[in-house]
Amino acid sequence: MVNKIWLGLILIGFIFAAIKGDIQIVTQAAFEGAATGVTVCFGLISVLVFWMGIMKLAEDSGLVRAISRVLGPVVSYLFPDVPKNHPAMGYILSNMSANLLGLGNAATPMGIKAMQQLQELNPDKQSASPAMCTLLALNTASITLIPTTLIAIRLNFHSANPAEIVGSTLLATAIATFAAIVADRWYRKRSAWTKPPVSPPNEASYTLKG
Amino acid sequence: MLDWINILSNWAIPVMIAFIPLYASFKKVPVYESFVDGAKDGFSTAIGIIPHLVGMMVAISVFRASGALEFFTGWLSPLLARLSVPSEVLPLGILRPLTGTGSLAFTTDLIKTYGPDSMIGRIASTIQGSTDTTLYVLTVYFGAVGIRNGRYALKVGLFSDIVGFIAAIAVCLLLFG
Repeated sequence: MVNKIWLGLILIGFIFAAIKGDIQIVTQAAFEGAATGVTVCFGLISVLVFWMGIMKLAEDSGLVRAISRVLGPVVSYLFPDVPKNHPAMGYILSNMSANLLGLGNAATPMGIKAMQQLQELNPDKQSASPAMCTLLALNTASITLIPTTLIAIRLNFHSANPAEIVGSTLLATAIATFAAIVADRWYRKRSAWTKPPVSPPNEASYTLKG
Repeated sequence: MLDWINILSNWAIPVMIAFIPLYASFKKVPVYESFVDGAKDGFSTAIGIIPHLVGMMVAISVFRASGALEFFTGWLSPLLARLSVPSEVLPLGILRPLTGTGSLAFTTDLIKTYGPDSMIGRIASTIQGSTDTTLYVLTVYFGAVGIRNGRYALKVGLFSDIVGFIAAIAVCLLLFG
């Protein structure tokens, strides 16, 4: 699907620019977009380097494993194929809590760490495992308790009650997250039916290593 | 309640920065060396995302600059207007999953034009705050581990965006209408 959307966006843009008689805009926009992509990644470097350092400490000290053990059962029903004590669970939980608190720049590195852990359990390194899809679904819907950026913007434009959207946002994001989880479940089951079952990650060899 | 969550948000990162190294040092981890060791991966991870993000940003940028976005929203607006939904918020529904900065700029503009306490301002704030930029999240998270085939993840993300968009409008009309 991502292939179709990618091609679609470019082709539709090309056709519209051609009709408008301003084809130069495609060239300009393409290179501007490329520059934005690189700029965003460079912005991510400092955040990722710092948090991955901190998270290495959390991992080496056994904190991640402890979080997985204590809070793992809370989310394990969402990730049935991840072993309960696996560090991935700890990162998934950290990622979800950071999202909840609206800590965007901490949530992304934790989510990436969780993805890396899930990738180790993934038998096919090129395509996403069901657990990865679930983690992504949770992050695209992203439950946030306080939309801080928007409250700040509303305050800037002299809202009488800048925080009045907290309730509506929470309700809307809860509905969206619920929809994401249901859709994820549905696709997960359907793909399990249509495809030959992939052998589950070997729990025994994992526990030996750990 | 609100103040509580705000305080929690403000304290969360400072506490993590102080507590995690402290806990690690109790567990006899060489804190600085271990930090540097882990931090090394951050650089290569960020660099690894570049091709994915450049590819996606080029497509979105071309699509937006060509005026295609305005065309589609202009075409859909009369439909929404009939449902007594302010059609001004519609572009946000298309913009939100594609670009975070783009939709934030658009939301800010709506708030500026119609006022933060207007229905349009409230709906726009709710839409912007209730979901994340699906294409960006997908590109960064999967790009970071080299996943090329995201399987059904994009469908799920876009589906939840549509549900979230409709929910945001409905909730605002109910709460503030």
